[in-house]
Amino acid sequence: MTDDHITETTNRVMTQWNNDQSNLLQMLIDLQQALNGIPESAINQISAGTRRSPADIESVIGFYSFLHHDTHNPYRVLFSDNITDRMLGSRALAEHLNSRLQDIDTATVDYTSCTGMGDQGPAALVNGHTLTRLDKERIDQMAALMETNTPLSDWPAEWFRVDENIRRRDLLLETDFEKGSAIKCALESGAEKILEELDASGLRGRGGAGFKTAMKWRFCREATGDNRVVVCNADEGEPGTFKDRLLLQSFAERLIEGMTVCAKVIGATTGFIYLRGEYLYLRDELESKLQRYRDAGLLSKDIHGEAGFDFDIKIHLGAGAYICGEESALIESLEGKRGIPRIRPPFPVTSGYLNRPTVVNNVETLVAAAMIAVHGAAWFRTKGTEQSPGTKLLSISGNCLKPGIYEYPFGTSLEVILKDCEATHVQAVQIAGAAGSCIPPSEFSRSIAFEDLATGGSFMIFDRERNLLEMVQNFTDFFVHESCGFCTPCRVGTSLLKKRLAKVASGRATGVDLEKMRIIGSLTRQTSHCGLGMTAANPILETLDKFPHIYEPHLLSTTFEPAFNLDASLEEARQITGRDDPDAHLQGGGV
Amino acid sequence: MIRHFTIDGIKVPFQERQTIMDAAMAAGIYIPHLCHNPEFRPQGSCRLCTVKVDGRNLAACTTPATDHAEVKSNTKKLMAMRRTLLQLLFVEGNHVCPACEKSGACQLQAVAYYCGMLAPEFTHFYPQREVDASHPEFAIDFNRCILCELCVRASRDADQKSVFAISGRGIHVHLTVNSPSGKLGDSDFDKHDRAAHVCPVGAILPKHTGYDVPIGKRLYDRKPVSMVGDVSDHEED
Ligand SMILES: Cc1cc2nc3c(=O)[nH]c(=O)nc-3n(C[C@H](O)[C@H](O)[C@H](O)COP(=O)(O)O)c2cc1C
Ligand code: SF4
Ligand code: SF4
Repeated sequence: MTDDHITETTNRVMTQWNNDQSNLLQMLIDLQQALNGIPESAINQISAGTRRSPADIESVIGFYSFLHHDTHNPYRVLFSDNITDRMLGSRALAEHLNSRLQDIDTATVDYTSCTGMGDQGPAALVNGHTLTRLDKERIDQMAALMETNTPLSDWPAEWFRVDENIRRRDLLLETDFEKGSAIKCALESGAEKILEELDASGLRGRGGAGFKTAMKWRFCREATGDNRVVVCNADEGEPGTFKDRLLLQSFAERLIEGMTVCAKVIGATTGFIYLRGEYLYLRDELESKLQRYRDAGLLSKDIHGEAGFDFDIKIHLGAGAYICGEESALIESLEGKRGIPRIRPPFPVTSGYLNRPTVVNNVETLVAAAMIAVHGAAWFRTKGTEQSPGTKLLSISGNCLKPGIYEYPFGTSLEVILKDCEATHVQAVQIAGAAGSCIPPSEFSRSIAFEDLATGGSFMIFDRERNLLEMVQNFTDFFVHESCGFCTPCRVGTSLLKKRLAKVASGRATGVDLEKMRIIGSLTRQTSHCGLGMTAANPILETLDKFPHIYEPHLLSTTFEPAFNLDASLEEARQITGRDDPDAHLQGGGV
Repeated sequence: MIRHFTIDGIKVPFQERQTIMDAAMAAGIYIPHLCHNPEFRPQGSCRLCTVKVDGRNLAACTTPATDHAEVKSNTKKLMAMRRTLLQLLFVEGNHVCPACEKSGACQLQAVAYYCGMLAPEFTHFYPQREVDASHPEFAIDFNRCILCELCVRASRDADQKSVFAISGRGIHVHLTVNSPSGKLGDSDFDKHDRAAHVCPVGAILPKHTGYDVPIGKRLYDRKPVSMVGDVSDHEED
């Protein structure tokens, strides 16, 4: 690569992003796509153009796991390392590819966090592009193409195919949608009326926390400040979640209109779709859908003929950082910075993107809002429960015959769901991703609802053949990898937990190690700066409580007596931490 | 009208926009902290100042004071959590106190004594880190950096230089220097910078002054940090 080529490409990319320093991350992503990496020689040029210091630019590159300097490898394969991919044999495939490529130095093979293809794994990314349904034969064919330096554009399209995999449709997915209808309804009723309808529908955020959408929009509407912003959170980073993928791929019109309805309500001029880097393959299609909306007069200026209603949507890509799904870290990332969660207050509704009032909503929330704008609150409330009206999209993966996307009314029990997806001999269901709850069969009568088992949409099934300790280790590794490193308990605590777990798995641990894990786990839960750290110890704390038998066989025999009592062994920990609350005790003595 | 909240039952007045930490400091109530320095924008990353506010754990340095709030700080539970947090800071770096020039005037050490953290409890990581002695007057020993970002904030906000930055992610987060070689000697750093005098530990140290004050007579040797306050208040430039 010549220096001139680097300079020219850097210039082009920077111009495309208006030399605006808040677009730094987008420039770096595009530069890497164009040159296979970010040449170190480009840093000074970017620094001069964006007026951000070289160290600052390096610190952004150093934060996002997809960004790198090396431009020499034409192929970079990252295998999705979620437990569900592993259960489908991803690790063996990665090793196989590695051994096939040993003689060529033009490719690297590594692992990455869940790529959102749990229903069609094992999955990987090659230079950022999604590969699905990998098997040994395909790995051999890939290796052959890499050996002959075949460009990705000449690889079979079939390898990159992402299926919808809709297994069950309900309110949202089975109701047809006419392009422009939500915008039209919103403009006819006016902002205040739409907000009332949304309030009556009881819609709550689908990204996990379940905040009432109407309330969020109203706070923002009432905040002071110009140039308001609507952000669609399409980071979908919760391991085992892939339902937003479907909405972005096949229902994007509803999303665009949900954002536009929100813009009308809060008075926004700018919209962003923050698309996780793993979903790069969706970008071009989304861009062209946005363009079709502009061409139809439904986006940009005087929308739907209403003079002065101007609103447009840009797509920003992520680059491999789960923390950027947290709304304030997402906003930092939108501003081209490291994704460190902000101090709150102020909340985004009053001070978000570039300190402007900002609404951040999950993809599914915005899609539901568009449907409510058309069909009304009563229609929405025909499904679900009093406290959780409507339906929820679930991404089902793991040990079942029919993985895929299922839409259920809130209030549906796990029993029903497990039957529908044909899961048998189930040992546990992990709900709501790595940070969620691990549910044993005795609780399968519980249901999906904010008042019972809340979930962003991840639903991973483990049958009795599975070693749950591997699941716990996988999730803990995930948090080590994804901790932003800002605060002490999460930065250091997650690594300490990982090491203790390894000790347990290797059979060298005793009851004392379990106590230490409890102490660290409780610390990260109680003192972390953001939700990632607060929940990072959940896989350990949950299973210590509900699945103590996955730990006991690994403990050294000195403490492994038939009468071994986990709860009693925690007494010292309770004394050290001065705790005696129910959380500090194991039910049934932990045996 | 003056508004109040309580810390461990003691009534503390506060003004609009003050945090719990601001009001506590003004009232002479000590809440352990390392990344906080009232000169700079609070950041809330060390988490040592975690207090219980009406039942919720929050960082005192970033939480606005509110009328009638009931804040608990000096409880057994919170002190135990602080000890564990301090353990974590020792675990991730290389802190050889007896061999450190800052010993006795180090805020990490002083807070650890104050909180009753006396012996290591976890296996240390022993990371490989470097010492940067390229600057004629100052050296950085990255082994002792606790990532409080005070030097980052001081250089950016007080010195308008942005000599320091934080790079990496998770456990790989580390302090970097903005210069072509990444070395301090190559940067705009100056001994009169505010950034040269805010490090709470022995990571940023002046050269040529080793052991001027004998051990036993240093800042925290005679009085605890709860009475003496931050080490940066006692530095001259
Ligand atoms: C560590 C972390 C990761 C998150 N990831 C996502 C995500 O990928 N997608 C999402 O919609 N919300 C995510 N959230 C929740 C967001 O912070 C925010 O609550 C949500 O986007 C609000 O949208 P809603 O009200 O429509 O649910 C995450 C939160 C945390 C703490
Ligand atoms: S809890 Fe973890 S992810 Fe959140 S701010 Fe702290 S280090 Fe970063
Ligand atoms: S060098 Fe000192 S002031 Fe700077 S981040 Fe590290 S500990 Fe804090």
